[in-house]
Formats: sequence, C-alpha cells, structure tokens
Amino acid sequence: MSPRTLFEKIWASHVVQPRPEGIDLLYIDRHYCHEGSFHAFNALAAEGRPVRRPDLTFGVADHYAQTRPGPVAGRAVPPDPEMGRLIEVFDRNMAAHGIAAAGLGDPRQGIVHVVGPEQGLTLPGMTVVCGDSHTSTHGALGAIAFGIGASEVAHVLATQCLWQSRPAQMRVRFDGRTGPGVVAKDMALAMIATVGANGAQGHAIEYAGAAVEALSVEGRLTLCNMSIEAGARCGLVAPDDTTFTWLSGRPGAPAGAAWKEAVKGWRSLRSDPGAHFAREVALDAGALEPMLTWGTSPEQAAPVSGAAADPAALSDAERRHAAAQALDYMGLAPGARLEGLPVDRVFIGSCTNARLDDLRAAAAILRGRRTRVPGLVSPGSTQIKREAEAEGLHRLFIEAGFDWRESGCSMCVGMNGDLVAAGERCASTSNRNFPGRQGRGARTHLMSPAMAAAAALAGRIVDVREYAA
Amino acid sequence: MSRQPVTRIEGSAAPFDVSNVDTDQIIPARFLRRPRDAQYGTYLFHDLRFDEGGRERPDFILNRPPFRQAAILVAARAFGVGSSREAAVYALQAYGIRAVVAETFGDIFFGNALKNGLLPVGLPLPTVNALRDAAAGSPPARLAIDLEKQELVAPDGTKHAFDIPAFARECLLQGQDEIGLTLSLLPQIEQFEARRHASPA
Repeated sequence: MSPRTLFEKIWASHVVQPRPEGIDLLYIDRHYCHEGSFHAFNALAAEGRPVRRPDLTFGVADHYAQTRPGPVAGRAVPPDPEMGRLIEVFDRNMAAHGIAAAGLGDPRQGIVHVVGPEQGLTLPGMTVVCGDSHTSTHGALGAIAFGIGASEVAHVLATQCLWQSRPAQMRVRFDGRTGPGVVAKDMALAMIATVGANGAQGHAIEYAGAAVEALSVEGRLTLCNMSIEAGARCGLVAPDDTTFTWLSGRPGAPAGAAWKEAVKGWRSLRSDPGAHFAREVALDAGALEPMLTWGTSPEQAAPVSGAAADPAALSDAERRHAAAQALDYMGLAPGARLEGLPVDRVFIGSCTNARLDDLRAAAAILRGRRTRVPGLVSPGSTQIKREAEAEGLHRLFIEAGFDWRESGCSMCVGMNGDLVAAGERCASTSNRNFPGRQGRGARTHLMSPAMAAAAALAGRIVDVREYAA
Repeated sequence: MSRQPVTRIEGSAAPFDVSNVDTDQIIPARFLRRPRDAQYGTYLFHDLRFDEGGRERPDFILNRPPFRQAAILVAARAFGVGSSREAAVYALQAYGIRAVVAETFGDIFFGNALKNGLLPVGLPLPTVNALRDAAAGSPPARLAIDLEKQELVAPDGTKHAFDIPAFARECLLQGQDEIGLTLSLLPQIEQFEARRHASPA
C-alpha cells in the first residue's frame, strides 16, 4: 500500500459506500448538536423521519446560554424571550429523540467544542461533525472533525452518514520551539496570516513539527479550532502519549483492557513517511512573537511589535481594498502601531481559548493587579469553571476587576446578548474579528488569553512578555 | 421527499464588489434565533443594507433601484466564509437570489448552497471582475446559468464553464432527496456498523 496521511487512514476506515463521481458515503462516529440545530430537527419533523442513532449524538446548550447567574436553571432570564424559547426547544428535541445532552444546569454543560473532548466523547480516529464551523477543534485529538450546515445535520441525524468529497491534504509544520509568551493562539494567527483566510480552502490540515508535539492537548485544541479561519475543512494532530494521557479516565474514553487495546490501535494513526501532501507550509516557531489581529479578517494579524497594514504598500488590489475597508471599520490609521492602542473591553472565553490552561495563563498575569477596563471571563465549560475555582483562579480574576461568569459561547458571537457596544475596541481571546461579530460596530482584536489579560491591566495593547511575573 | 429540480437560472445581476464576505455579514447572528420564514429576506446583509435606525442605506447595492430585483449576485473572492450557518443561504434565497458568482466560496457555505438549490458559480477572478463590470452597467446585465451544461452565458453571449461536484449536480437536476437516497443504502450502513462493532477501528 502506498504511504498514506493520517487523514487518509481515518477517512478510508469510514467509507460506507464510494460513488464513481468521487464522493464517499462517510460514516459519522460522533455528532454534536446545540440550540442552533433546531432547523435540522424541524426538517426531520416535517418529513416524519426518526433519528437513526440517537446514541451517537450528544447535545450541549451553549450559543444562547446566559452567563449571568439567575433563576432559569441557574442562569439569568434572557434579554429576549426568543433565546429562552430556543433553549426550551433544544431540551425538547433532545428528550423527544432520546439524545443524551448537557443542557443548562447540567454539570457537564459548556461550549460544545470544549465539552466533547473533556467528556472523552471525541476520541482518536473518529469522524466528528457538528452544525458549527469550529468543529475543527476536535481534530486536536487525531480525529476528522468538521462543521456542517443544517441540511447535513438533518442528514446525519437521519442516516448517521454524510456524502463527502475528500479534501486535498496540506501539512503545516511548526519547527523549533516557541519562545516565552508565545502560545498556540499565536501559532494559529501566524499560520493564518501566512497562508491567508482562504489559503487552506478545500484542504484538511495536519499540524506537525516539534512545536506542535510540544503543545498540550489544550494548545492543540486552540490550534485546530482556528483551522477554519484559514478556510480549511478541518485540522488535525497525530495522537501521541500527550493525547492518551489527557484522554485516559475521561467518562467517554474506554477503560481497563479496552483502553489498552484502543491505545494500541491509535498509535498507528499517523502519516506514513513519504505520504503525499498537496501543500506543505513550514513556520519557524522560534521566530514567532505574540500576535494579534488589527483588521476584520483573521488573516489581518501581526506581531505585537508590528503595525496595521498600510494599504498603499500592498501590491495586490483586492488586499489593498480589503485593508482600507478594515482600517476604516477598526478606526485605525494606515500603518498604525499596535502596541499602545487603547482598548475599551476584554473578553476571555470561547471554544478557542477558555480551557483551564488558558484561564491559568490569564490569571498569572492578573495576580495582584487591577484592570483599567471592564473584562468578562466565561470559562469553556462548567467543569472548567469548577476546576478553576478549586484552584482559586476566580479570585484572581475577580480581584483584578473581571466579571467571572458562567460557561457559554458568550461574547465570541453575542447570540446570548453578551455584546460589545458599537465603536468599542475589544481585546478578545475568541476566533473571529469579522465586522459586527461581537456586536454591531464592535471592533475586535484577537489575541491569546495572557495578551488579553495584559491588555485589561494596561487599558491598551501591550506585549505580554513585559507583564509576565 | 423529492425537491424542486434546478436546471437553469436566468435573471438580472447585481455587482457586489466585496471579498471575504463572511456569513456573519450575510446574516448577523442576532437573527439566527428567528424561525425560518419570509422575513429572512430582510435579514440579508442587514447591517450593510440598513443603518442603526433601520433606514435603508441608499448607497448599498441592493438598495439601488436597478438591482433590487437581482436574482444573481456577482461578488469577488471568497464568498460565504466563516460560520456554518445555513441561514446565510436561507436569507439569500428569501431575498430572491438564486445564484452567486465568485472566484471561490467557503467550503461549508458551498455545500449548504447546493443542498438548498442556490447555485454557487466559481469562475476565474478576471471573469468574475468582467461580469461584475457588466452587471454594474446600464441596464444591468442579465446572466443565464445552465446547470446541465455547467456554463454561464454572459450578456455578450460568451460562455464560461464552471465546476459543480457531479453528485450535487445530479441531485439538483433530478430534485433528488439525498436523505432518501442514503436510506436506500441502509443495508450497507448496517453492514458497516456490524463490521465496526466486531472490530472497532
């Protein structure tokens, strides 16, 4: 057999039926749904179709979850009754179809892409889908994981399969080791700035190299999460001892003899020497600085010591036009220096950067200091919130002036009403700086949790390396 | 349940000279909680079309009289990137858009469009730019898109071939119900499950 990539191995083991047109009926091992999946359940109901394998779907309430405490399953009354209604519809759909779910009030509740790995429901070698583009996150455990739309959600619910054409293979290598203050978020932003927001379109990315191997699973989850921001269908990392140690003992992971057997199989999940990648990109991890975005596309990112683009200096007409529009929206002068840029608000949360490692990194910067601007922390899951509280991290956030909230998608997408006001500049650990993403007219600068914490202390963009204890 | 087949689309075009149009722009997240209905047309490009007071911005392309009835949007590079929200397709269709021409599309949007019979027509950037210029002319260009032949006919009669995945094309031309088709393969799916149960991957 010719050498195969990790992706090709997992894909091949999930083909139920190939078709001559170059499309495969792919078996789906794990499907996640959330409140936004209501369109798909409505479509099933309209056609009178049952959920074929409710045991392989898991539901999590996250997009409309209120992050303030209150009387509705521990959460505040939503600012709009429609939000509350969607949570009720979610609960009803899960119950009606016998789908296990972590709704509001469940100790497993959180952001779906944090909860799935945390509960051991995503495992190496799986195919994983969810009606959410950041499903690419789960690839960090060595799975093929991708986001789908409502029609495909309905298709998976009804059949446990999807018709898919196989994406091209791309490998992104991070050689060397990252320096102090440089973390997975910086690697992701540097990669997107290098290949472009559509640079990986039609591709599955495998992340490799010493700096990827050195990442914790949390860091790998952050890196794979942002694959979609480079346009990739998915991103994955070959599972290794770091992965196995992290997964061992989680509720959904096999146990005892089955665990040993599973790990033995998972060790073969890596690209063969000589496997063909249509594209190879190499970055020097040692040369990376803390990164942040200055524009309205994740590709518009620069090192903290750098500057926003000057459209006049760009040779590509489309990029020049896009940069000028982005600067206008962001209220920045061409070539504006990023360090020192005042911020109005800080958000630490989202499926990108709200895991325990992320909260620890931010809290370490905040320890014993006071913020100059309002900040909101929404832990990635209720379990992470508990773990953080057991370590006393919440006190560091609260004493610094942060608002310590419940878990949900929150201000990353603002669907629950946690919004950034028009014209406000927000240092955010989330994944998208699109116009209006955090609220109409909101200006988003994406960065790592430690960078965001440092920005909260200074009230402006600063180099976190000057703030490290 | 079979669907309405899609074979040929003909209509006036609107030039939309923006690259990297993310689905958050196509339909802002706050509208996603609304049930799918005719109102989705008003959510399309909402924050670009309307000001904070809900008044139309006269300079936005779909607010200008010749383009209000457009059936085909001619964009630029990378249309429909970002969020997987299928509501972006619902909003375009509810407005009356039946095809989008661009150099490339976000992968998830591309799939969502095909599932709903909205044609994503990918053409080389110089062609897209020329079609957009034609659409901006007076009167605005009418374009014809033939899915069977996989070609777009420009106002001057030139034909431009485009790619659509063969399986999706067949489904669209025949109005195929994909779930029904897949369920006709239930024995194969069950065999696959039995095999995997016997020896998990």
